[in-house]
Amino acid sequence: MTQVLSSCKDLGRRFGDLVAVDVVSLEVRAGEVVGLLGANGAGKTTLIRMLLGLLPPSSGEVLLFGAPPSRAGRRRIGYLPQGLGLYDDLTAAENLRFARAVYHARRPALAQVLQHEPQLLLLDEPTSGVDPLQRARLWQAVRGAAEAGAGALITTHHMEEAESCDRLIVLARGRVVAEGSLADILGGRLALVVEVEDWPRALALLEAHGLEPALVGRALRLAEGDRREVAKALGDLPYRLRESPVTLEERFVSLASAP
Amino acid sequence: MNFGAQGLTVRFGRRLALSDVDLELPPGEVRVVVGGDGAGKTTLLEVLAGARTASAGEVRRPSAERIGYLPATSGVYPDLSVAENLAFRAAAYRMPRAVFAERRAALLGAGGLLGHEGRLGGELSGGMRQKLGVIGAMLAQPDLLVLDEPTTGVDPASRRDLWRLIAHAAADGAAVVVATTYLDEAERAVELVLLEAGRVLAHGAPEAVRGAMPGLLLDGGAAPPAAELERAWRRGARWRLWRPGAAKVELEGWREVAPDLEDAVTVALLARETAEGVAQ
Repeated sequence: MTQVLSSCKDLGRRFGDLVAVDVVSLEVRAGEVVGLLGANGAGKTTLIRMLLGLLPPSSGEVLLFGAPPSRAGRRRIGYLPQGLGLYDDLTAAENLRFARAVYHARRPALAQVLQHEPQLLLLDEPTSGVDPLQRARLWQAVRGAAEAGAGALITTHHMEEAESCDRLIVLARGRVVAEGSLADILGGRLALVVEVEDWPRALALLEAHGLEPALVGRALRLAEGDRREVAKALGDLPYRLRESPVTLEERFVSLASAP
Repeated sequence: MNFGAQGLTVRFGRRLALSDVDLELPPGEVRVVVGGDGAGKTTLLEVLAGARTASAGEVRRPSAERIGYLPATSGVYPDLSVAENLAFRAAAYRMPRAVFAERRAALLGAGGLLGHEGRLGGELSGGMRQKLGVIGAMLAQPDLLVLDEPTTGVDPASRRDLWRLIAHAAADGAAVVVATTYLDEAERAVELVLLEAGRVLAHGAPEAVRGAMPGLLLDGGAAPPAAELERAWRRGARWRLWRPGAAKVELEGWREVAPDLEDAVTVALLARETAEGVAQ
């Protein structure tokens, strides 16, 4: 069995009445790249800070290299905190205060983070605002580290990037709501694509029926919803319907917004 | 005649921020400008919105009151509430009271902001603030809607709401241009423009941009020969290798694959970098 680098069991963290992390168990093993997906406020950053031992949990257990997190353990980690771009779980005023506080402390580049050949990478939105070529180079470095035996936990809002991970963990409301390979998470689900000349009218009709189509080019996509509902909503408006594999983003939004 | 730009060039002193950019913005369609930080997206959108003057070239846009513009800095006043932010906009556009009330209710509903009217702009989360900014820009039913990175740093659930608002603006007949760093959003456009260092590297429908990739794209399970490493990158655990020439050279363990938009854009950036390397 491959070595477990970072793990937590039934981990929870409250801030007063706010439950930031409810109950989360996970493992990151040597040689794997794990994607941590979650809406803003789902608890990703709080979770990473607990895995690092920078924030004490309210409940549950954290192990770093098989021991409680310590300074010695943290030296074996490459940690890239979120950039100064946007902290979506903070309000604008908090963001401003934060930006002022760290204005002079520039975010380290990934190369710096990798310099001491860390065994575990914790990368919090490493590629916000970066073009695809730079992104590809960054992934080359991450993959290289993983092939040399390091493990990586990466948060991202780029779905193409999430699809590049070996395994995904989806966090919503402080809990793991899905876990596994991309194929496991998508589960072979299909979206409906409505091709229709008068798409503005189709959009209005579908929305009037409580459906939530997305505009893609000049077609409308429904991540969830069946043919009968579409037929009922569109009435005698001429249209064509085809199926298309659901995207990770569509699946993620369904998972994150489920009650 | 569509809104848009032809031969657009913007100089900041000796630096060329935009060089000879063409863009067509037909009514009722969404066009996406994609590129990394510093590619020139903001400068292009500023010129389209009338917030900056071009050094050369032609810009076609409606009069100022028919333009809705969300700058990259988010057009939200932090010390005004959600309702006050919108009322301020409505007053600036001299919207009739009844029209304003109807638009406000519809847009707050579509953006998932109903019930938050009393919150201060500065107290909103990033996603809600961006939604309020887009709603503000759309409020007066502009003929041209210019949105500078409305979804950067915003999570997928808020992105879905933002794109619903964008779809509504296009459905109402607006010409819409959206800047983004997310390629999956570029896939949603009728046409996209890829900017890099102020130049258009690729433009057209997403399928056309994919199809126009020069050379060959190979997929492999292990690193390519060292001589080709600079044209290789990772896709998940796999490798991708771009070969500029069309001649098929067999490489064991590699096979030719059709590029997706991410590959095509990576190749466009790589080709430019390679060309510059040769020029130097």
